[in-house]
Amino acid sequence: MIRYIIRRLLISIPILIIGSFACYVLVATAGNPLAEMRFRPGVTDADIRAAEATLGLDKPVIVRYWNWLTDFLSGDWGQSIALGQAKTAVFPAVTDALWTTGRLVIGAELLALTLGVSVGVLAAVRQYSIFDYLATSTAFLMFSMPIFCVAVIVKNYGIQFNNVLESMGLDRWLTTAGPRPGGFSGSFGEVVFKYTGTFLLPTVALMLISFAAYSRFERASMLEILHSDFVRTARAKGISQSRVIFRHAFRNALIPVATLFSLNFGAVLSGAIITETVFGWAGMGTLLVNSVRQFDPPMLMGWLAVTATLIVLFNLIADVVYGILDPRIRLG
Amino acid sequence: MANINLASEGGVVNSAPEADSHEFDATKTRTQGQLVLRRFLRHRLAMVSLGVFVFLVLFAFVGPFIWTYDYEDVTSKSYQPMSGTHPLGTTQVGKDMLALLMRGTGYSLQIALIVAALATAIGVTFGALAGYLRGFVDAALMRLVDLLLIIPQIAVAAIVVKGFSGSWYVVALVLAAFAWMQIARITRGETLSLAQREFVEAARACGASTPRIIFKHLVPNMIGSITVNATLAIAAAVLTEAALSFLGLGVQPPDTSLGVIVLENYGQFLNRPWLFWGPFIVLVSLSLAVNFIGDGLRDAFDPRQTKVRA
Repeated sequence: MIRYIIRRLLISIPILIIGSFACYVLVATAGNPLAEMRFRPGVTDADIRAAEATLGLDKPVIVRYWNWLTDFLSGDWGQSIALGQAKTAVFPAVTDALWTTGRLVIGAELLALTLGVSVGVLAAVRQYSIFDYLATSTAFLMFSMPIFCVAVIVKNYGIQFNNVLESMGLDRWLTTAGPRPGGFSGSFGEVVFKYTGTFLLPTVALMLISFAAYSRFERASMLEILHSDFVRTARAKGISQSRVIFRHAFRNALIPVATLFSLNFGAVLSGAIITETVFGWAGMGTLLVNSVRQFDPPMLMGWLAVTATLIVLFNLIADVVYGILDPRIRLG
Repeated sequence: MANINLASEGGVVNSAPEADSHEFDATKTRTQGQLVLRRFLRHRLAMVSLGVFVFLVLFAFVGPFIWTYDYEDVTSKSYQPMSGTHPLGTTQVGKDMLALLMRGTGYSLQIALIVAALATAIGVTFGALAGYLRGFVDAALMRLVDLLLIIPQIAVAAIVVKGFSGSWYVVALVLAAFAWMQIARITRGETLSLAQREFVEAARACGASTPRIIFKHLVPNMIGSITVNATLAIAAAVLTEAALSFLGLGVQPPDTSLGVIVLENYGQFLNRPWLFWGPFIVLVSLSLAVNFIGDGLRDAFDPRQTKVRA
């Protein structure tokens, strides 16, 4: 197992390097970060050339990439070069954003996975029941739903719910405009109250979309396994229904969902980007949108490098989980 | 039903009609294409969805010729409620929502169809080549897929659209560049098993070239899964394009798409809900309809599949 993980990590190094080079070339050709500078009054050609020299933009792309890569690996992720950003360092900006997004995504994904898998199993066990039809059609509807619309709807009903709370003389509970800076304070009850209020709406919005995919997959794979020979054998031996479902079928039905979970990471990320934008969280999504709008290559490269590494790690985790779920797949 | 199963499970397309004629002498012989078409036409949900889809296409491409307002017309009336002259109201700058929706649906459809067509063409070619030639080509293709999977599509799309102006075909090209992998994987998998069959060996023995074997012998036998996945790619492209435009990183104003319309009007959710629900309903019915059509096609191509969705 350990040998397998090490080998996989070694294989991903060249992929990451080629990927980062492709990204670097893309970012470098997509625009000139100094373009806006030319339009400002009082900026001479000499100023622009000086700025190019300090940013290293006068060198060829390969050289610039090499410099970026060596700096990046030694921990120097560079500074934002967007105008009016006061040269923010990339590393803290990206890690802060990642922390914000991570808190949101992890909760939402765990909820979606638990709910999706349980609903999928129930729908498969009670196939063609009302519950099954309800679950299947909800999942299909959510699957075809644009996530930003879900986020907008959830947010606005949250606002209305707050208005109702207020009219009843209570505090506004649900936060619809980003987490409060500086964390939560007060007694334990207050912290829980504020924490759930802040996280509830974006988590629900994000969860609904992932939930649809998980429950569909879980239902399909569970159905397939419930109709397989070894389940019939298990039933014929007189093993109890719950034991058949949980020990024999459920564990096997988790395998395709594990694949989906790992491959879904990119989709979850873009879902998080949209949810954050709607709810005004300063996470990875806001960082990406701002860096693209202001055209900030160092920030974009930091963002891309972090997400690409995370995706590689997720794929690796998924493969390790396979080995645990399915002893037939021998890693090594 | 047995004869239908037999006919459509037969690997080679043209071998179907003879198989089902002797069991029921009274029935007409049908090619596999006719069988698929009949099953699709009998899929109620898919037919309703096809109706919705056709309606939306007409709405987008014929509607602007009939409707009095153009999407560019700016009337002096800001935020009109729903009325006879403006059935869906007007936006902040006084544009007629119905005209905007027609234009937006048209753009979204245009982008989605091009994305699906490009993605299918690239995916099928690459997938079939990799699965048929194996070896180096296969390894190179799979590494390329690995590479594209680690770079988030949304980021690349955003950067490219920013760098190369937000014309709709730029958006379409970027989305297609990230949409073909799924189809390539499926085609590759099917090719791997089909390439072992006798008819491929026979074609090779006759001296058929690689392109001929791929496009005349392999692709027609995979037409089912290719069609289904192309349809699903349309639905995915509709949603991705809308999401990108919603972030302000896709189609750029003054051009409009469904995502742009939602972006410009979702702030009015509480005060003027029709400005949100209008584009929302069009967007959701478009993606639902295409998904249901894909589902119906899947059932039509695969008789073993039950009517219930997986």
